[in-house]
Amino acid sequence: MVANLFLLLAAGTLISAGVYLLLDRAMTKMIMGLMLIGNGANLLILVAGGSAGSPPILGRESEIYGDKTADPLAQAMILTAIVISMALTAFMLSLAYRQYRYRTEDFIEDDTEDVAITVRPSFASAAPDHDASDDPETGRMTSDGDDFGPESFEAPLKGDKDD
Amino acid sequence: MTSLYETLVPLIPYMVPLPIILPAVAAALALILSKYLTAQRTITLSVLAFLIGLNATMLYVVDREGIQTLQLGGWDAPIGITLVADRLSVSMLTVSSIVLFSVMWYAISQGIRDGGKDEPVAVFLPTYLLLSMGVNLAFLAGDLFNLYVGFEVLLVASYVLLTLGASPARVRSGVGYVMVSMASSMVFLFGLAMVYASVGTLNMAHVGLRMEDVPSGTRSAIFAVLLVAFGIKAAVFPLDSWLPDSYPTAPSLVTAVFAGLLTKVGVYSIIRARSIIFTDGSLDTMLMWVALATMLIGILGAMAQNDIKRLLSFTLVSHIGYMIFGVALGSAQGLSGAIFYAIHHILVQTSLFLVVGLVERQAGSSSLRRLGSLAYISPLLAILYFIPAINLGGIPPFSGFLGKIMLIEAGAEDGSWLAWVLIAGAVVTSLLTLYTMVLVWSKAFWRDRKDAPDGATALARPAPLVDIQDEVAVKDRNDVGRMPWGMVFSTALLVSASLAVSVLAGPLSSITGRAAESAQDVNIYRAAVLGPNYLDPSRTLEMERYDANRDDINHRVDTNGTEDQP
Repeated sequence: MVANLFLLLAAGTLISAGVYLLLDRAMTKMIMGLMLIGNGANLLILVAGGSAGSPPILGRESEIYGDKTADPLAQAMILTAIVISMALTAFMLSLAYRQYRYRTEDFIEDDTEDVAITVRPSFASAAPDHDASDDPETGRMTSDGDDFGPESFEAPLKGDKDD
Repeated sequence: MTSLYETLVPLIPYMVPLPIILPAVAAALALILSKYLTAQRTITLSVLAFLIGLNATMLYVVDREGIQTLQLGGWDAPIGITLVADRLSVSMLTVSSIVLFSVMWYAISQGIRDGGKDEPVAVFLPTYLLLSMGVNLAFLAGDLFNLYVGFEVLLVASYVLLTLGASPARVRSGVGYVMVSMASSMVFLFGLAMVYASVGTLNMAHVGLRMEDVPSGTRSAIFAVLLVAFGIKAAVFPLDSWLPDSYPTAPSLVTAVFAGLLTKVGVYSIIRARSIIFTDGSLDTMLMWVALATMLIGILGAMAQNDIKRLLSFTLVSHIGYMIFGVALGSAQGLSGAIFYAIHHILVQTSLFLVVGLVERQAGSSSLRRLGSLAYISPLLAILYFIPAINLGGIPPFSGFLGKIMLIEAGAEDGSWLAWVLIAGAVVTSLLTLYTMVLVWSKAFWRDRKDAPDGATALARPAPLVDIQDEVAVKDRNDVGRMPWGMVFSTALLVSASLAVSVLAGPLSSITGRAAESAQDVNIYRAAVLGPNYLDPSRTLEMERYDANRDDINHRVDTNGTEDQP
């Protein structure tokens, strides 16, 4: 199989430009990056389908390429991939619009919970397994914890006056 | 009994496409009937319930008869589309249909009780059905391109489900999820172009046949590209960091079905690619390290979390490492352990997320720093949490223990030093999983809520699908009432299914043993898919089987050696 160098170069350019855009944190740039990568991958599938040829139709009349027919499977796959990426682009654009309604800055934020855990201070009272009755400095159990137990389970959320 | 069986066998070609067709048709119907909630719910539930029966029947027949194929439209294999139902895909189908049904039942019963006017139910049900269609298509696909299409169908549905209601938090997590998944799809497409350029076909059996003549360096490069695409879906380290950021913001029941199924579709694809296409195992060593890193880093992440949903998302990542370990061993025994572990993990992880949904409904939070007293408030909920939790932690009578034992046995059989390192990692991960599960138990269930550091506030009201962020003091929170019985029963159904995996571990492990063996037997897969005419494909309208029954139960020796053949 003789590959078409210019198509390969075009695919390479598209994909590298797409990867560059995808590494940005602005959503619109990332969408464009994904579209470019998609187009590059589609070009690669086209190249993989072999050289150009006549339409793969029984009883065709055209004589441009003689007996050589083009690979219909590659084109079918590209068509499917184009349709899928079109739909996904539409979805991402609507998501981008919704994000714009919430805040106009085009910037993908970090997960707040993730950030909170990263910057969590090292003292014991910030740990996930901390109890209110534990010592806030050392995290050890204190005698305050004795207030809780089977009796207090009898009224876990109510005060004394509720009963 | 035999007569019933005799009547079932010729029906198999009609059964194989139904898991794809039925959810698609039901999704269309549900969309048309979006004004009639009851009709919509009836259609969805009955289709999903029917699929459980159908898939279980297929599992029974396929386990005895061996691999079944369907050439769509009668076009012979490499040019036509082939659906393949072997033991591996049918057992995954069966488990996933149980999960899909239970989560839908849970969603509907919570929707009836808690749903307000702002619930996007009309979108939820059809999208959920499309998600199940995509999952089933990915499990049944016999060629890489249909696998890609199946991935896309389930991904698009998951984008919608993850951003339901489109609150600020969900849009933020949805953007990250969509971007990462789109990037993985693009890598997959790129891998497809590489496969097509090097072997000129996408039928998995045919690709595997022709891949043998491709130089080993090229072959490994193509496998690596596909592994990146599948690895992002399966959330293996270092491609896992999107998962704990995006899953926990979704509604609990959506997270439950995602956690159970979507990552396992990635694992399933890795199993297929490793055992049918790239059989030389050139990347096994890398997969071993990936498995080790996934297990350890996932569980260390889980230990740092405040929120139970995030904690469970990290254990989900961590336990994917066990399945990758089984695949990377490359032996039938390891693969059998991986399949068994996948079945166990689908059921257990989904039921844990459903329990967290119930916790959130009853107690108004899923944060460890707020929860408490749950064992007193609702002992039933405590039992529903406790069983899958110690199951996941690997306490002996349960299936988590048995799955880990199978994997460790397979690793010891392998005997290389790397396998022993992995075994040590698996044991450490199992212990740390138990630690996180017990941490949740002691804080959320045993501790008095008054003793919780931030226990005074809670989310204002329970909601099945929309994102509620308003907080009120616990005393001002309206009484949510008892747990709706539908939610309890659906969770209990999954918990008892995971218990059934423990009780029926003998027969089940012999099924997974046979599944692993026939998945690795490339000759039978190729014969069954390609048939005799693959060099000169045309149209064959009379269905026939090409594998000459070489895959039926009498030809399978039991790898585990414990169960007699029926």
